[in-house]
Amino acid sequence: MSTILSIKNLRKQYEDGFEALKTISLDINEGEIIALLGPNGAGKTTLISTVCGITKPTAGTVTVAGFDIIKEYRSARSLIGLVPQEIALEPFGRVISTVQFSRGLFGKSRNDAVIEDILRRLSLWDKRNSQIRELSGGMKRRVLIAKALAHEPRILFLDEPTAGVDVELRKDMWAVVRKLRADGVTTILTTHYIEEAEAIADRIGIISEGEILLVEEKNNLMARMGQKQLEVQLTARLSDIPISLANYELGIADEGWTLIYRYDLKADRTGITKLLTDVSAAGLQLRDVVTRQSSLEDIFVSLVRKDVEKVT
Amino acid sequence: MNWTAIWAIYTFEMARFFRTIKQSLISPVISTSLYFVVFGAAIGSRIDKVEGVQYGAFIVPGLIMLAVMTQSISNASYGIYFPKFIGTIYEVLSAPISFLEIVIGYVGAAATKSLLIGIIILITSFFFVKIEIAHPFAMVAFLVLTCISFALLGFIIGIWAENWEQLQLVPLLVITPLIFLGGSFYSISMLPSVWQIISMFNPVFYLISGFRWAFFGFADVPIAISLLAIGTFTLLCLATVWWIFKSGWRIRQ
Ligand SMILES: Nc1ncnc2c1ncn2[C@@H]1O[C@H](COP(=O)(O)OP(=O)(O)OP(=O)(O)O)[C@@H](O)[C@H]1O
Ligand SMILES: [Mg+2]
Repeated sequence: MSTILSIKNLRKQYEDGFEALKTISLDINEGEIIALLGPNGAGKTTLISTVCGITKPTAGTVTVAGFDIIKEYRSARSLIGLVPQEIALEPFGRVISTVQFSRGLFGKSRNDAVIEDILRRLSLWDKRNSQIRELSGGMKRRVLIAKALAHEPRILFLDEPTAGVDVELRKDMWAVVRKLRADGVTTILTTHYIEEAEAIADRIGIISEGEILLVEEKNNLMARMGQKQLEVQLTARLSDIPISLANYELGIADEGWTLIYRYDLKADRTGITKLLTDVSAAGLQLRDVVTRQSSLEDIFVSLVRKDVEKVT
Repeated sequence: MNWTAIWAIYTFEMARFFRTIKQSLISPVISTSLYFVVFGAAIGSRIDKVEGVQYGAFIVPGLIMLAVMTQSISNASYGIYFPKFIGTIYEVLSAPISFLEIVIGYVGAAATKSLLIGIIILITSFFFVKIEIAHPFAMVAFLVLTCISFALLGFIIGIWAENWEQLQLVPLLVITPLIFLGGSFYSISMLPSVWQIISMFNPVFYLISGFRWAFFGFADVPIAISLLAIGTFTLLCLATVWWIFKSGWRIRQ
């Protein structure tokens, strides 16, 4: 796996003195989908804007396929497509002409076949001759994506691409992103929908207060941090945990109808078999057994909260 | 030079102009006609010829300059302010193009629009007065240079402006008076001497004088000085644009 985007010690201080990025380093692999998660004001948009040339870095270097974003900005930027967080479109332009404009702006000669393919993929072909102002919010967002793809970039930045997009369309968009990955396009997306990151990302980065707290393979992250819990529902209500089960550090839920057992996925032995044997040995009857895995959301919340505690 | 990108900006801007082609062209034609009716016919009939030229014809160069200067400024300032305002500037900033290419695209489009309007006004004036243009090439060159330099000024105003009021204030408070007091409708020899001296500090005065020379072969100041004035003005605008580019002032934080 080769690195296509390399961010080294990137710092960004706005003119008012606010330090939005505190020395960030991050390498992004060619062809991956990486999701950046972080609370409002974490610096996600600032990071993207700085890489794309919309704001100037205060310190540090960024290279795109080996091209420095300042010294070799033409080569670097021509590889990047950007979908901004805010919808920004000329209201009176037509869909197809604004998308063609984007291609020209990035120095590529006109290619109707490419534009048609992009518009079809984003289900915009039927709307190609509509004025932007006649489109719904979700359609406008797709127009922004079409514009970002118009010059066939190798890296795509999606800053909250599915904000305000309905569930079905969101899944369509995920399909578009997966298809792009199949074509070798690297995608960096930010999102507040954790299930979105869970659904499409290969890697997840968590950013808070201008710092990257962690970057990890999604599956590793889930496995490493993911705790599982086993809920044992009983046929009779329990007021105390039997002494014979004391070692399991069980919790009681549902006013005594359920026992909770927490175990780690990475442990060799989960201890479930032994627990269940001991439970019936203690004379308890099982009604049902349920397991639950902590989601990325839980992980995210606990990480960011820890970070806040650390700072305060 | 990324000519594809420049062309993309240029045609996109021109498309906006052609979407509203009727308003874009009809309003200058109507206002010019009104000027002819009021100044040319109503007042002009009571004014002597100016240096052998009928008053109605005498005001033609000034009228064209008036329109071209205000149009250049408003087109160019609006052209760059609008993307800043609605946020579409992000795309231009993230594109693999230099600031120079951005300027050529936007300023070129704004200058083209005002040039078209200038030509339309000239054609309109043929319906009202009889004009012979003494130096047609110089006339065209002067017209083009004025369109470009004032579009550059408009571009700077559009970058500088942080709200709609500012966008309108500078043209209204500074440019329009300079244009009206620059001798659009009179020769400064008609003014009291104090005002003649004050006019010498108005850069627009040199442009109108030079343009009038291209039409009639006479002017308030020698043509060389007019050329020097517009040259200096253009260079000042270019220098400012270059500084904006270097510092990223008000566009790249
Ligand atoms: N132009 C600016 N000038 C000064 N401060 C800014 C500017 N833009 C952003 N900031 C500040 O930088 C911080 C990071 O903002 P940024 O937009 O990058 O956050 P984000 O992670 O994208 O948040 P969100 O999830 O809400 O989009 C915020 O505190 C914000 O107020
Ligand atoms: Mg953001």
